[in-house]
Amino acid sequence: MTKSNHDAPLGKGRSSSGDEEPQRGLSRRSILQMAGGAASLAAAPAAAAQPASSDGPATAPTTRIRLVVNGSARELEVDPRQSVLDVLRETLDLTGTKKGCNQGACGACTVLINGRRVTSCLTLAVMHDGAEITTIEGLARGDELHPLQAAFIEHDGFQCGFCTPGQIMSGVACIAEGHATSPEQIQFWMSGNICRCAAYPGIVAAVADAAGRT
Amino acid sequence: MLPFSFEKVRTEQDAIRAAAAGARYIAGGTTLIDLMRDEVERPERLVDINALPMTDIRADGADLVIGALARMSDVAAHPETKRLQPLIAESLIEGASPQLRNMASMGGNLLQRVRCPYFRMLDAACNKRDPGSGCSAIDGLNAGHAILGTSDHCVATHPSDVAVALVALGAAMRVRGPNGERTFPVEELFRLPGDTPHLEHTLRPGELIVEIRVPGGPYARQARYLKVRDRASYEFALVSAAVALELEGGSIRQARVAVGGVGTRPWRMRAVEEALRGKPVGRDAFAEAAHLALEGTRPLSHNHYKVELLPRTIVRALEMAGGTA
Repeated sequence: MTKSNHDAPLGKGRSSSGDEEPQRGLSRRSILQMAGGAASLAAAPAAAAQPASSDGPATAPTTRIRLVVNGSARELEVDPRQSVLDVLRETLDLTGTKKGCNQGACGACTVLINGRRVTSCLTLAVMHDGAEITTIEGLARGDELHPLQAAFIEHDGFQCGFCTPGQIMSGVACIAEGHATSPEQIQFWMSGNICRCAAYPGIVAAVADAAGRT
Repeated sequence: MLPFSFEKVRTEQDAIRAAAAGARYIAGGTTLIDLMRDEVERPERLVDINALPMTDIRADGADLVIGALARMSDVAAHPETKRLQPLIAESLIEGASPQLRNMASMGGNLLQRVRCPYFRMLDAACNKRDPGSGCSAIDGLNAGHAILGTSDHCVATHPSDVAVALVALGAAMRVRGPNGERTFPVEELFRLPGDTPHLEHTLRPGELIVEIRVPGGPYARQARYLKVRDRASYEFALVSAAVALELEGGSIRQARVAVGGVGTRPWRMRAVEEALRGKPVGRDAFAEAAHLALEGTRPLSHNHYKVELLPRTIVRALEMAGGTA
């Protein structure tokens, strides 16, 4: 496997404002976005009415909300149907947070809202006017990884990496809650995050290690 | 997801007014948003009640009083919950995941919809979703379904854990609506499916759950929740049991027993409670009483195992509560 994926699970290399180009040429994501743009231009009349959300076809009146995302104040127009997850990924281009099941079962979309871990797919952005949100992109300080990000690398806490942002955000909260005092406790309190590659031993070791260091 | 209008209210009066005019309350949203995305739920109007001051958790004498908007995680972690009603804390922690417990409100937990897969499958018959269309579960995959309180129209279990504990402990709920306030046992919130499985609860239009009161009792401290499921955590119950015991010497003075995962609503086991009264603490008395839980059970093609598992789960929970596990 490669750890230099442009859609980096550890969030490194993406700015918190999300509008910076990746360092090396075109990313897979920007090519896909360009291709998607061309497709929707071709189908212009029908596509014009499509909202950014993949959730539904019809338009609805938008609402203006303010969020503080990874320390930056953002003001944006949201369709009431947009989940926090869709706003993060599609409006703010913070694609570190992953959409797995989109029904609150897998934990890949875990972020912190006002310091608490939640599944961002199951809550509407319009319900969080004024909230502070921390995503995987907000953990590192410049080039210095968050201790739990470093511990995931150290302990091989992932294989494909898709669940990793959610695991790490959940792990950060798990440690802050005081629920990381033993491997058994970590297993129980991390059970809302599923890993299809079954990297669980590494995940538990990483959370335990980072808990011991903080 | 179909379009809907959204409003956030700051007062209970505004909330009730909106709901009386047809809006749906939204609190944590963990059930509702999921079902709206699948178009199983199609509200045209949502009213966000999260700004209402109903998150308090407090002791009132020996009673534990819980605001309807208190989150599962906050109720479970609260010192007064642990001190007065450890069964409530234990049953909450055994439900959902840490993320969902941070989101889901207590009122919403009680009103969560069923987890029957056919309910969520728009191309399957489901009397709960589409009254009169039939029940796909009765002759379908029904290993997770109910053996108590079922009808020819619906066999889905009520999925809540904390509701089982609340029913065991005789908790009451306070609701307010367009016609004022009323208080009734949590047990009476849940309807049996009968021939109207789409009607799940006894709230009247516009009524808002305000508060849940768990009465103190001599059995409250000697109480346990046991949840048997397909994996060790973050899974719905196959069978669960909430039990509370008041012991005197080596015998049972009073018992409270309710079960989950087997009923179309959280199921209080009064015959089992009665049979335990005055009996010595021990497996023989527990097993004899727990056998009475099978009265009226009606297993389906795939869930006969629950007939065996139900009394065993009760016995084990009694042993845990009685300190003999």
